[in-house]
Amino acid sequence: MKRRILPGFRLTLGYSVIYLTLIVLIPFVALTARAFNGTWAHVWGVVTSHRLIVSYQLSFGTALVASLINGVFGFITAWVLTRYRFPGRRVIDSLIDLPFALPTAVAGIALTALYAPNGWVGAPLAKLGIAVAFNRLGILIALVFIGFPFVVRTLQPVLAALTNDVEEAAALLGASRFQTFRRVIFPAALPALITGITLSFGRAVGEYGSVVFISGNIPFKTEITPLLIIAKLEQYDYQGAAGIGLVMLLASFLILAFVNAIQWWNTRRFNSSSL
Amino acid sequence: MAGVVPDLTLIRPAVRPAVRPRRATEEGPFIRWTLIVITVLFFAAFLVLPLVTVFVEAFRKGTEYYFKALSDPIAWSAIKLTLVTAAIAVPLNTVFGLAAAWAITRFSFRGRQFLSTLIDLPLWVSPVIGGLIYVLLFGTQSPFSPWLIAHHIKIVYATPGIIIATVFVTFPFVARGLIPLMQNQGVAEEEAALTLGAHGWQVFFRVTIPKIKWGLLYSVILSNARAMGEFGAVSVVSGHIRGLTNTIPLQIEILYNEYSFAAAFALASLLSLLGLATLALKTYIEWRAGGRPS
Repeated sequence: MKRRILPGFRLTLGYSVIYLTLIVLIPFVALTARAFNGTWAHVWGVVTSHRLIVSYQLSFGTALVASLINGVFGFITAWVLTRYRFPGRRVIDSLIDLPFALPTAVAGIALTALYAPNGWVGAPLAKLGIAVAFNRLGILIALVFIGFPFVVRTLQPVLAALTNDVEEAAALLGASRFQTFRRVIFPAALPALITGITLSFGRAVGEYGSVVFISGNIPFKTEITPLLIIAKLEQYDYQGAAGIGLVMLLASFLILAFVNAIQWWNTRRFNSSSL
Repeated sequence: MAGVVPDLTLIRPAVRPAVRPRRATEEGPFIRWTLIVITVLFFAAFLVLPLVTVFVEAFRKGTEYYFKALSDPIAWSAIKLTLVTAAIAVPLNTVFGLAAAWAITRFSFRGRQFLSTLIDLPLWVSPVIGGLIYVLLFGTQSPFSPWLIAHHIKIVYATPGIIIATVFVTFPFVARGLIPLMQNQGVAEEEAALTLGAHGWQVFFRVTIPKIKWGLLYSVILSNARAMGEFGAVSVVSGHIRGLTNTIPLQIEILYNEYSFAAAFALASLLSLLGLATLALKTYIEWRAGGRPS
C-alpha cells in the first residue's frame, strides 16, 4: 500500500462516510425496512398489480427508446462537435448541458406548451393526427430532452482523445473512410457510447418533473412508476409506496452496476491490447 | 557538397490549389455537412425551442403582467424559501464534496471505488425516492414520529424536510466535479508545501484551494442551480402549503395547474436565467482554463 504523506485521511474519510450514512444509507435502510414492515402479501400485491405493471412497461420501455434515440443523435452531435469547425459550434457545445441546468419542472411546462394541441409544434402535428402531449410520445420527448447530455458528454472526451495516427494507418492500409469508422473508430468509442446510453436510460427511468406535465397521467395509459409512489403516499399506503420505491432503487443499483462493469471491461480490454 | 543547398521553393507549386484536397482521415463535404445539419436541427428542436418557449410564454401578457406575477406575495415567499433552502443545502454539500474528494483522490484505501459509486447514487435514483425516504423516516407513521411530536419538531411538510430532500438530490455534484479535477492535478505541489514545513490546513487553503478554485466554483454554482430547481423530491416532502412550503418549482406547478400560464412561465423564466448563467460561467471557466470546451 502506498504510504500516506498528506494529512487529513481520517478526518475527510470519516466525515464523508458519516455524512453519506446520514443522508443516504440510513434513509435507504428505512425504506427497505418499511417495505417489509407489514404483510408481505400486501407489498407484493402492490408492486405486481396491473396498474404498476403497465407503469413499469411505460417507464422502462419509453426510457429505453429515448436512450437509444439519444445514442444515435448523441453520437452524431459528439462527433460533429469534436471533429468539425462550423459557425455556432461553441454555442451548441455550451448549451448541450441545458437539460442539467434547467429545472425539470420548467422543462416540463415548456415541452407541454410546445407540444400541446395548440402549441407551436403540437398544432401542426395535431392536424396530421399525431397527439404528442398527454400521450406516450410526449413522455418520450421529455425523456430524450433530459437524457441527451449524458451521451454527448460521455463520448466527447473519448472521440477527442482518439489519435489521428490509427486512422492514418487504416487509410494507408487501404481502408475506406467508412471502413475506418466501422472497424477502428466505432469499436474504440463503443464502451463510452454504451455507458452514455445506460446513464441516459438510468436518468430517464426515474425522471419525474419533466414528465408529469406532458404525460397527462391517465391511469393505465400514461402513468409513470414514480408518479404511482406519490399516488400511494396520497392514499396513506406507506408500505406500498416503500415497496415501489424499493423496486426502483434495485433497478438503479443494477444500472449503476452495469455501468461499472462496462468501465471495468473497458480498462481490462485497453490494458491487454496495448502494452 | 556542403555548399549545395537545393532551392526548395522550386519544388513547391507556384499557385496553391483553390480547394485543399481531402485528407484520407476526413469525410467528404457532403457527409460532413449532413452531420452538421442533423446536429443543428436536433439541437434547435430539442434544446433551443423549449428554452425560447419559456420566455415567449412568460411575456405573452406583456411586461407589466410579467413583473406583477413576480412581485406577487405568494411568489415572493416561494422565492424566499428557495433561497433559504439553497443557502443551507449548498454549503453543506460543498464541505462534504471537498472532504470526499480529498479522501478519494489523495489516498488509496479499500472500498474507494465503492465509496465514489455510493456518492453518485442520488443522481441515478428517482428524485421521488429522494422525497419518499424522508417521509418514511420522519412522517407521521415513522417510529420517530412520537418523539418528534413530543419535542415539537416538524420535518416533513415543513422547511427542514425541503432542505434535507434538496441536500439528498444535490449531494453528488461538488464531489463529482472535484474528483476528476483533483485526480488529474496530482499532489506534487501539496507534498512540496509539506516538505517546506506547511501544516495540513495551510496546504489545503494555500495550495489546494487555489488549484481547484474554478472547478470548485462551477460545481458550487451547478449544485446551486439544481438545488433551486429541484422538483420531484421537494414535491413529495413539501405538502404544498401555499405561501409556506412551496419553493419556486412547486409554485410553478400550482400556477400551471390553475391555468395561470403566464405567471407560471414568469417564475420559470427566473430559473431558466439561473440555468443559462450557470452554463455561461462554465463556458467562461473552460475558456480561462484554455482547454477545449467539452
